[in-house]
Amino acid sequence: MTLERPPRPWDRTPPTERGYFEVLGDGILCHVLPRDRTTGGVGGGWSPPSGGAWVHVGADGRIRAFTGKAEVGQGTRTALSLVVAEELRVPVTRVELTMADTDLSPWDMGTFGSRSMPDAVPPLQAAAAGAREELASLAATRLSVSAGQVRFEDGVALSPEGGHRVTYGELVRGLRKTVVASTYGRTTPATDWKTAGHPAVDPAAVDVVTGRRVYASDVRRPGMWYGVMLLPPNHGAELASVDTSALEGEEGVRLLHDGPFVAVAAPTPWDARGALRKVRATWRSTPQPGEPEIEAYLRAHPSHGDHWDMEKLTEGDPARALAEAAVSVKATYRTAYIAHTPLEPRAAVAEWEGDRVTIWLGSQTPFRGRDHVAGGLGIPAERVRVIVPFTGAGFGGKHGGDVALAAARLSKAAGRPVRVAFTREEEFQHGYLRPMSIVDVAAGATKDGLLTAWTFHNVNGGAAGIRSPYRIPNLQADNELSDSPLPQGPYRALAANANNFARESTVDELASLVGQDPVAFREKNLADERLRTVLRTAAERGNWTSWKPNPGRGHGIAVGFEKGGRVATLAEVTLGPDRRPHVDRLLTVFEAGAIVHPDNLQSQVEGATVMALGGALFEEIHFDGGVITNRRLSEYRVPRFSDLPRVEVVLLDRKDLPPGGAGETPMIAVAPAVASAIHEASGVRFRSLPLLRDGKVPVAARTAAT
Amino acid sequence: MDGAGGVTVASDAVRVVVNGRPRTLERMPERSLLQALRTELDLMGTKYGCGEGQCGACTVLMDGKAVHACQVSVKEVGGHDIVTVEGLARGDELNPAQQAFAELGAFQCGFCTPGMVVGTTALLQRTPSPSEAEVREALEGHLCRCCGYTKVLRAVQRASEISREKARRSA
Repeated sequence: MTLERPPRPWDRTPPTERGYFEVLGDGILCHVLPRDRTTGGVGGGWSPPSGGAWVHVGADGRIRAFTGKAEVGQGTRTALSLVVAEELRVPVTRVELTMADTDLSPWDMGTFGSRSMPDAVPPLQAAAAGAREELASLAATRLSVSAGQVRFEDGVALSPEGGHRVTYGELVRGLRKTVVASTYGRTTPATDWKTAGHPAVDPAAVDVVTGRRVYASDVRRPGMWYGVMLLPPNHGAELASVDTSALEGEEGVRLLHDGPFVAVAAPTPWDARGALRKVRATWRSTPQPGEPEIEAYLRAHPSHGDHWDMEKLTEGDPARALAEAAVSVKATYRTAYIAHTPLEPRAAVAEWEGDRVTIWLGSQTPFRGRDHVAGGLGIPAERVRVIVPFTGAGFGGKHGGDVALAAARLSKAAGRPVRVAFTREEEFQHGYLRPMSIVDVAAGATKDGLLTAWTFHNVNGGAAGIRSPYRIPNLQADNELSDSPLPQGPYRALAANANNFARESTVDELASLVGQDPVAFREKNLADERLRTVLRTAAERGNWTSWKPNPGRGHGIAVGFEKGGRVATLAEVTLGPDRRPHVDRLLTVFEAGAIVHPDNLQSQVEGATVMALGGALFEEIHFDGGVITNRRLSEYRVPRFSDLPRVEVVLLDRKDLPPGGAGETPMIAVAPAVASAIHEASGVRFRSLPLLRDGKVPVAARTAAT
Repeated sequence: MDGAGGVTVASDAVRVVVNGRPRTLERMPERSLLQALRTELDLMGTKYGCGEGQCGACTVLMDGKAVHACQVSVKEVGGHDIVTVEGLARGDELNPAQQAFAELGAFQCGFCTPGMVVGTTALLQRTPSPSEAEVREALEGHLCRCCGYTKVLRAVQRASEISREKARRSA
């Protein structure tokens, strides 16, 4: 249910002037404020400026919690509800969590970087625990006991022996009291959890299986029209001229032509597309590199200026160490541009009320979306409300706000709600991609298998995963970004996919050069005890040491650490009679602190493992002259049931560590593990993703290291 | 909207039964059933994912058989019986496929789930106790980008169990 709009978005209103209770009704509200210096230690537990939270316990018995994170299929709605339920001692079904509503939610940077759990859990816990403490002091008065003696059970406060009871709703009746969460001290340690950390069914599962869940593309408003934008036929094209005269006087079509922005709205999607086809546009294109030239192009076109996605690490003297190493390898690794391909394409619906607009947007970055729309319209952000309904996944691909801005502009022009949604082809052509990575690596080790030298340079892909989990005394690891001719942006696990593929493949090769077992070699060189534990667990569960060499079969293992999580993946592969490899088994062992929602974590890790298999084996964007040439699901292959190996997931629960994120890290060891397995099965070492450009493994003679 | 109550029905109007209810689709014989369901009948459970019959998100039952609603034109459905995900449950009682997917949480974002549930329903009607290979083959045309399919395989087996239990009880 959508709550009423406050006069101004709460995140842009001083806490004392928000008028929480005008919107939420009588009760108590406990908030944790982002960047709030008055809250002592509470502000330091997560990375500012994300991370506020508020929890309202209403006189009507409802419990509402607010977070700026969005649910895009990663399952944090239930996970975050569980920690609120835990602190307030209620079943998870009692918690109504408002996510990603820019009028009502705490400001948040975005739902990315596996940050939902680390950003949102501590403040939600603190706010819910603060509300519980307030309830305890209210109950103490009511039950004539001390606050410390009050017990809570299932939404009821009880006297110590349980003789007297009072519901939360009764406790807060007639109150309008705001309290600031003051400390983490009273949050419940994971070892004492009774609700969080235990199996929980998604309370909204029935909506999913009955088709009732409303996704961004399902939002319908009274009188709504459908909008469509004029988009360039290729990247590197600018609008040269446009002739809209064919639409003059056309009934039931609203044309908006403002500089390069040309769009139409009409009562049905096909009327809108039909009208747009009558617009005559000419485009001025600059030549674009094709696939044969792309690597040289990216190497020759560094991107200038500061960027967040940069890493530069130096240690010792890598050149000398490399020259002196007993064994060394040198190679270039490549990963293709790939597309996120969430099943739901981008969609937005905009509706104006006076000078304020509400936009329902499938998005990972609602607050940035708000700013994008406000900037594009030239109005203050206070007048824009972005609500993220359930979103049919993102994987890093739904950071933009172009459909939102187009919907807002068309809605204003048409004087009615307007929906703008991409087709699958538009999603491929006009969305952004995971960057192509080119990684130049050279590494060396002693005869005994100790890593001594490491140089590692990523072109275009990004910095994630450049930091090595291995102890290496002489090291240079960095990246440069390029001006990509194809639009590129974040993708689940970012460049950690490419960098981990290059690193783990290199480590595997060094292990084999010194004649050591890949698990033992890694264990010896890993600096991180948690990662060693994850690796050992994978080797044990995967019966690593009892593997029997078998012609045409191979097994491989790889590890990675990223975003606070640790992963090891073991792969087993069979080479078919036509040298087409089939992945038989993927075992993923994952650890990211205390587990809040085990079923969901299992699904996240299973899903990441299979998604990574697509990028490892066959996903690849093809392009020519700025045009994506495989922009349909019949042309761009993502994993299907027939690709599905036996997938096993082992989750390690570290209740002594705070809950970390899990969306990304489980992906990053899949490709190198599969590549190692294929190497064992065939003698061929692949250095490019996807591994199987034509679906088969060439004969081994063509595979010397480059 | 249904052409009842003295409203003139256009000559190219198409009569069809959707979820047990007679409906008339008036303005779009050349449109796809998917567009008609979502735009004319406001049945949003059937999803658009690709528009070319590759992803399975728009799967509906036509005379009990699973079809891609994006690949069927409105004029082809005249006189036929269509069941969408909204028509699978009897009141509050979920059908076995729905019950199993909900019970096992066999989804992440859930956008593919209506299509998967309809596809599973069709499979179990023809093959009440499918092997894993038969499930994989039947659902090959259904894409899920989030959950990694493993729980879906389990959910279909569970759905099969539930339907056999139900059949036993009512026998």
